[in-house]
Amino acid sequence: MKQKDPDYVPGPGTPEEFNDIPGTTLFDMQRSRQGYHVNMFCMSLMKPDNRAEFRANEAAYLQKFPMSPGQREAVLKRDWNRMIELGGNVYFLSKLFSADGLSFQHVAAIMTGSTQKEYADLMLRGGRSVEGNRSKSGRKPGRSPSERKPRG
Amino acid sequence: MARIIASVNCSHVPAIGAAVDLGKTQEPYWAPIFKGFEPSKKWIAELKPDVIILVYNDHASAFSLEIIPTFALGCAEEFPPADEGWGPRPVPTVKGHSELACHIAQSVILDEFDLTIVNKMDVDHGLTVPLSLMFGQPKEWPCRVIPLPVNVVQYPPPTGHRCYRFGKAIRKAVNSYPEDLRVVIFGTGGMSHQLQGPRAGLINRKFDINFLDKLVKDPLALTRIPFLEYVREAGSEAIEMVMWLISRGALDDEVREIYRFYHVPCSNTALGHIILENAGKAPTKLRKKGVAKKAARKGGKKRAAR
Repeated sequence: MKQKDPDYVPGPGTPEEFNDIPGTTLFDMQRSRQGYHVNMFCMSLMKPDNRAEFRANEAAYLQKFPMSPGQREAVLKRDWNRMIELGGNVYFLSKLFSADGLSFQHVAAIMTGSTQKEYADLMLRGGRSVEGNRSKSGRKPGRSPSERKPRG
Repeated sequence: MARIIASVNCSHVPAIGAAVDLGKTQEPYWAPIFKGFEPSKKWIAELKPDVIILVYNDHASAFSLEIIPTFALGCAEEFPPADEGWGPRPVPTVKGHSELACHIAQSVILDEFDLTIVNKMDVDHGLTVPLSLMFGQPKEWPCRVIPLPVNVVQYPPPTGHRCYRFGKAIRKAVNSYPEDLRVVIFGTGGMSHQLQGPRAGLINRKFDINFLDKLVKDPLALTRIPFLEYVREAGSEAIEMVMWLISRGALDDEVREIYRFYHVPCSNTALGHIILENAGKAPTKLRKKGVAKKAARKGGKKRAAR
């Protein structure tokens, strides 16, 4: 077994590098703070009584959570990509779409702008290829300087 | 003395749990997936471990955004299945092993891993799906299970390097427990998948196969993969694979690959599965005869004595 530098720790990556990955949102600390009430609203739907109350009057139920108007609108419209952009995380959002009776695959299809059939066929063909899906800017794949730099 | 003798790695896709619970395992979509776990079920039925340490991530079930522990350990006597928004899975309550869990917690904290101790917790599909894959639908799970949830939902998750070293600390802790217990460690989640945004559905077979190969022969190479590379190459949720490095760290440096299974698609995910045994352990039936003999000659005794 190779034993070179067992204490090597990979670098953290920069915001620019994360932003360069197409169609992907990093759920970092800032976004987690921004989306706190969206995500906690979703958590509340794990209780059957809350689900019933939400279904009876969605807008009224959302008033219990101090979200921004944009966040509220995204929830009411079930605009999943917008919810993610405004700090929602897919595992929290899953409580909302499960309450709606939708699966992860169903919502994934919506987020990619495909029909259910198109998305299911894509997965059966082996999924979305990473080729052409690594970088918005066309930066060459491979470890960037920030990734290579050992810490400590 | 307690010993970690083997590891099981597998994906924990929630739809697998639904397929089991709704009796769909023989449907054409699911049949190949469950067939892929038949040899594993035989292997573990024969091995009969006393305790499983199950490394997984909670998916906004037990932990919300109120408290986000990086590494946590379930020290309770039992853990009920969580209601994840569609009612709890109809699976047995998980029985823990408080004594061993408390021993591990003390040992790894003194070893400078700042573990969160959890004395009350529901367990979600991340923990129950691997048990369903390995044991089917028993009335009670056949052994004790110590849950070990890791944060991989909110950035930053622990690095692969940290996970690997944490595995080594767990191994040390188990080895210093006086009771004779045979322990198997599960590292779950992955492999390549992305569940969010316009890039959802990403699968990278090449990345996954390389990960499986290196997990056996060169895990240190995997500890050098940065978070960014997991996300870019294998999808935003593929970072779950760092949990496989905890289980790998808990084994001997040299291991034997007992079984491997890889299948695309499983819902949105590339399903990966591998079983590893410490090189020094007496062979089980699944292992190729030739390999077992060669290993026995090559100082199996020496390793067993460690």
